Amino acid sequence: MTLIHKPLNRRSILKAGTAGGVALATPTIFTSSAWSAPYLNEPTGAEVTLGFNVPQTGAYADEGADELRAYQLAVKHLNGEGDGGMLNTFSSKALGGNGVNGKKVAFVTGDTQTKSDAARASAKRMIEKDGAIMITGGSSSGVAIAVQSLCQEAGVIFMAGLTHSNDTTGKDRRANGFRHFFNTEMTGAALAPVLKNAMGTDRKAYHLTADYTWGWSQEGSIKKYTEALGWDTVAAVRTPLGAGDFSQYLTPVLNSGADVLILNHYGKDMVNSLTQAVQFGLRDKMVNGKKFEIVVPLFSRLMAQGAGDAIKGIFGSTNWHWSLQDEGSKAFVKSFGQEYGFPPSQAAQTCYAQTILYADAAQRAGTFEPCAVAAALEGYDFDGLGNGPTHYRAADHQCFKDVLVVKGKENPSSQFDLLEVVEITPRAQVEYAPDMEDVKGDLGTCNNGA
Amino acid sequence: MDEILLQFLNGLDKGGAYALIALGLTLIFGTLGVVNFAHGALFMLGAFCAVSFNLLLSLQKVTVDPTKTTAWGTPLEVRTPYVEAYLGDFGHWILNYSVPVSILLAIPVMLLIGFAMERGLIKHFYTRPHADQILVTFGLAIVLQEIVKSIYGANPIPQVAPDVVSGAADIGAMLGLGAGVIVYPWWRMVYLLFSLVVIAIVFAFLQFTTFGMVVRAGMADRETVGLLGINIERRFTIVFAIAAVVAGLAGVMYTPILPPDYHMGMDFLVLSFVVVVVGGMGSLTGAVSAGFLLGILQSFASMNEVKAIFPGIDQIIIYLVAVVILLVRPRGLMGRKGVMEN
Repeated sequence: MTLIHKPLNRRSILKAGTAGGVALATPTIFTSSAWSAPYLNEPTGAEVTLGFNVPQTGAYADEGADELRAYQLAVKHLNGEGDGGMLNTFSSKALGGNGVNGKKVAFVTGDTQTKSDAARASAKRMIEKDGAIMITGGSSSGVAIAVQSLCQEAGVIFMAGLTHSNDTTGKDRRANGFRHFFNTEMTGAALAPVLKNAMGTDRKAYHLTADYTWGWSQEGSIKKYTEALGWDTVAAVRTPLGAGDFSQYLTPVLNSGADVLILNHYGKDMVNSLTQAVQFGLRDKMVNGKKFEIVVPLFSRLMAQGAGDAIKGIFGSTNWHWSLQDEGSKAFVKSFGQEYGFPPSQAAQTCYAQTILYADAAQRAGTFEPCAVAAALEGYDFDGLGNGPTHYRAADHQCFKDVLVVKGKENPSSQFDLLEVVEITPRAQVEYAPDMEDVKGDLGTCNNGA
Repeated sequence: MDEILLQFLNGLDKGGAYALIALGLTLIFGTLGVVNFAHGALFMLGAFCAVSFNLLLSLQKVTVDPTKTTAWGTPLEVRTPYVEAYLGDFGHWILNYSVPVSILLAIPVMLLIGFAMERGLIKHFYTRPHADQILVTFGLAIVLQEIVKSIYGANPIPQVAPDVVSGAADIGAMLGLGAGVIVYPWWRMVYLLFSLVVIAIVFAFLQFTTFGMVVRAGMADRETVGLLGINIERRFTIVFAIAAVVAGLAGVMYTPILPPDYHMGMDFLVLSFVVVVVGGMGSLTGAVSAGFLLGILQSFASMNEVKAIFPGIDQIIIYLVAVVILLVRPRGLMGRKGVMEN
């Protein structure tokens, strides 16, 4: 049996060739990308999919839940539902509440479990299976750095959520990664002058540090700035992440001669170590003729809730707080509060801002092509997202804005009113050179996954 | 000197918790011959007895204050716990003492859970290999965890110690060493005392009651005790329930130290197995002494002077000791011949 019944001739070969050519060209003739460079996960339907990768379990689950709420609210506002939130106060007016580039915004979510491998697996799933064009999320610098490098290799944009280590936009910076949140270098620069006023220049500090990238970065920055004030560092002790009982690390503090304890912990670790430090009577102690003090460099209201009364009078820094009275913050608190019944956390604000910033950049670029979106974000100046005038620096993809120094409130008026803003440190005071010794790195080149 | 005293006290306090958890574990192993990987989950369930009791007490009456508004424009809600609203000062007192009072709830609940676990699942695995027992109990632990997670969420729920014992005690001043030299939290000392009392009660129960005598006889030679016409199985069921209560109470009292979440049992499970192995499988005195020994060693290993010589020793000391003990005394410190050897 033969497959060709008719004898081959010039005419039938020509016919078959034309038909084959048309068939091969069809998928690209009718799609818009036929005439532009293709890129990974280019949205072809009526929707564009974003991937929200947050910790839904594990040590940072509280933050993760609030991040997800903010993302969902941002998507609503982008699609024209709700009251528009900070879209109304945002300095760029490119977005009109009708999606982005004419496409409705949809999203998929993943659970990072606050573990790098789980976070990479869920980001990979969202990129490969769900066709996510952008990944965002965080709540742990270790996770953010791991996911950022995955997005760089895959060729999608990564908009970092809550990640505070210098390394995210320092030595591990990537061309496809962007961070709105502040970092430990800025915390050090903002906190030091306030600590000097409140505690003087003759102090002996004892650090307890979460043993991973963020902890090391935080410890380094605080040491650098407090030692410049004239403080001594008595000891810097590393504690395993998720240690639970910190008592064996707290007992050596008691008779170390230190008069300040700096807790470079975040999330559940910070709740446990601060609560236990207070139980050990550290706050009632007098050392070297001075009142013993505790400092928590990175604060959040969610943590303050978990630590209860232990937080009162303790200094720290934060990216944003719901009591701010600028138009952007007020609009965000109003729409978040009406939606969920309580005010947003700093994690929620940075995630909301990052989603809006990505959507705005894509709208201004007129495409979702990652490198075009990145170019639209680089060097961009904006206002109205809650932190005052902000600059997205092109050299390291780090946002520069004012930093808040806060203190645990002595007489809270409600269960949410736990932190008071002591000082708003102006942007100029926390700026640093992108090639500074502790933070220099190589951005590399943008990858669109084609 | 004060540092060493302080670290010793901390070691005793940590050891109290380890001993309490390991005690129940080794009790189950010694009597039933079952390796119970769900023991950590029992500790966690105990802690959530305290959480549930507190939540029950804190059920709030919500009234709306129309004169005040929130930052997002809705009227301010004022919340007062029902207990306080109806019982006044006594309500306030019981809220303050919710952790110790919840022991009264935890005992019957844990007895019931222990009973149901043994009758419903574990008894079917007595004659099966240890690997099967480990698999089924580990699976059970995961199921219990997920149930707690679905009810209470994934986040830790802080519990407070009563006001009287919430601060720190100046032990240095009490011992005449000078004020502020040795300061230790009251609640941790309460926990140490509590663990010693519970351990003493369990030992006394096994040592001085007829029931305890039969159980000990059963541990030594199950078959002969059975031939004497004693229903040893029923007694062992009760022993399992008692072990569940011990683990549960350890969990209840631990809540002011560590805000409980669904995963807290797993963190303690590995540690308590190391304690049991170091102490000797099936030996009650071994488990208790190993608990205190490892607590103290862990505490001393965290001293900066020690870490300056051996960096990172604080994180591996427990496992290092386990390796050394198993090399030198393969049956553990007080292990009996023939346990887990056939």
